[in-house]
Amino acid sequence: MSAYVVRRVLSMILLLALLSLVVFILFSLLPADPARLTCGKSCTPEIIEANRHRLGLDIPVFAQYWEFLKGLFFGRTYAANSPDPVQCSAPCLGYSFKRGEEVFVLIKERLPATIWLAFGAFVLWLVAGISLGIYAALRRGRWQDRTVMGVALVGYSLPSFFIGLVAIFFIIIRFQLLPFPSYVSPFENPLQFLQTMILPWIILATLYAAFYMRLTRNQMLEVLGDDYIRTARAKGLPERVVIRKHALRAGLTPIVTAAGLDLAGLLGGAIILESIFSLPGIGSLAVNSVNDADLPVIVGITLVAATFIIVANLIVDLLYAVIDPRVRLS
Amino acid sequence: MTTAAQPFLSVDGLSVTFPTEDGRVQAVDGVSFSVERGKTLAIVGESGSGKSVTAQAIMGLLDRRLSVVTGHAWLAGRDIVAMSDDEVRHERGSSMAMIFQDPMSSLHPFYRIGAQLSEAVLVHQKVSKHAAREQALDMLNRVGIPDPKTRIDNYPHQLSGGMRQRVMIAMALINSPSLLIADEPTTALDVTVQAQILELIGTLQQEYDTAVVMITHDLGIVADIADNVAVMYGGRIVESGSVDEIFYHPQMPYTLGLLASVPRLDQVRAERLDPIPGNPPSPISLPPGCVFQPRCAYFDRVAGHACQTVRPELLDIGRGHRVRCHLDSGQRDQVASDVLAALAGGGV
Repeated sequence: MSAYVVRRVLSMILLLALLSLVVFILFSLLPADPARLTCGKSCTPEIIEANRHRLGLDIPVFAQYWEFLKGLFFGRTYAANSPDPVQCSAPCLGYSFKRGEEVFVLIKERLPATIWLAFGAFVLWLVAGISLGIYAALRRGRWQDRTVMGVALVGYSLPSFFIGLVAIFFIIIRFQLLPFPSYVSPFENPLQFLQTMILPWIILATLYAAFYMRLTRNQMLEVLGDDYIRTARAKGLPERVVIRKHALRAGLTPIVTAAGLDLAGLLGGAIILESIFSLPGIGSLAVNSVNDADLPVIVGITLVAATFIIVANLIVDLLYAVIDPRVRLS
Repeated sequence: MTTAAQPFLSVDGLSVTFPTEDGRVQAVDGVSFSVERGKTLAIVGESGSGKSVTAQAIMGLLDRRLSVVTGHAWLAGRDIVAMSDDEVRHERGSSMAMIFQDPMSSLHPFYRIGAQLSEAVLVHQKVSKHAAREQALDMLNRVGIPDPKTRIDNYPHQLSGGMRQRVMIAMALINSPSLLIADEPTTALDVTVQAQILELIGTLQQEYDTAVVMITHDLGIVADIADNVAVMYGGRIVESGSVDEIFYHPQMPYTLGLLASVPRLDQVRAERLDPIPGNPPSPISLPPGCVFQPRCAYFDRVAGHACQTVRPELLDIGRGHRVRCHLDSGQRDQVASDVLAALAGGGV
């Protein structure tokens, strides 16, 4: 088990290195020239060249990548031999000359809002999705099942920008049930935090819960026909124990997979909802950086988001072994 | 007062229908039988004959929203069919228990067998978890699991097929039920293991004085362990009686067909095997007369077209022997002696 984990972590690091290389090369192939973009109006070829040197872009791509890797572990200094060098301390994911800030710091500042949004919605959609999915499965083919699945389909098909804008219009502007969203840390002002987060949580959870309802329902229907469920009933177990302890446990694996990857995906930023509700998260940072052609930030966010997915994959695989004893980790 | 003479389970006119999109499916039609404690009734029949559905109806395992059960099944004088879901649930696993065909898929793959056994104890007895585990350990010992102290913490996939069925038996008998229904308990097992499992069931039956309903299609098993036999076909009992009556004085052409289709060591050639032609009827569209008539070789001996048009009644012919057939007793004896002579004499 522990040997397996070590091996998985090592291969994960290798994968991340490979991924960062690919991202690095892809972005270096983009037609946008950061040196030109940081140049301003009265631009001369000399200034561009100077900027290029300052940004560390005057060396081959692989050398740039090497500098990037070194910076990740030991920090780096941009324009070391110029009068105003820029220090980027480890772990240096790059430096945004546009914002005059280290990319790592930028992301670190934005991460809490994204994490709160993702985890809050995650809990909501898991609870709603799984319980309604079970409910629909137990009343298969009857009106309760059709209602739940119908609502799920609607929730699934509505785009988040649409629900988001409709919610803002009716709940905040028209009926003024909530103040305008303005993110604060929950430790600073819990009430304002909740007032800001409740709508994005519910909207995000609705989108995802729809999928989890269907998934849970189908899993339950499949598992409930299995022989060990009949055995559990033959033992005289109450139906709720049969459902929760025997059926749900058996049908859990695909739900855990989906949940892990969905959560990880959201930690990389919920771009649309963060923008609509002006949450200072990774998603809105990504949108702003794209608008500004702020390449170092985009590279940094891409890497962080990919890291979440890869780590989530490992955790999901480890959870398999916890759920299903037949899975041997070796 | 002892109730040994009273049947522990007495099934009376039990019927099960499933309303489906293709119409009403009559899976079981007016089945009656009884079993005393310590005795074994074998229910014999092909797939689709209604034997498993009968068992599940008695156990209350059929979904009441998807099936309609009528008639009576008296368990120690109380009618299971008339009980509420919750009342039947309390009987399941305590006064009646069931083991199934495939022990691999019948145990939950994600729980240790100790947990699965203890769970069966805890749902019916007010004991501590520790006491439940002790009972589980004791039961594993009784069913002949070697090294039960280690095995109790195994998962089902770590056990062999025979061991898993032993665990299933342990789980079924852990609350000392008075009725054990075994639905083809050896079909999925190796031949060498089958005999061990049957012997184990027999031993524990003696020990606990259990009434056993053995559902099988294997006449070899029936001859070995049954006291009484009920032959089912198309959802009905077509012949029933003591094991001696059924094996030595079979009367119904279907039973004769079953006996003739058993491979025998004392016959030299495999081609002597005499399968019943045709397929079992679909419960959706049963023939209007005798359900066995389309496969019966003797229906033209009956005057008129009674076999094609009239459902025969289950007739008591004495010695507890019942037959559902339009042939009169002389014709039945004739048919039986022909078939048995052919079996014994190699077809002379």
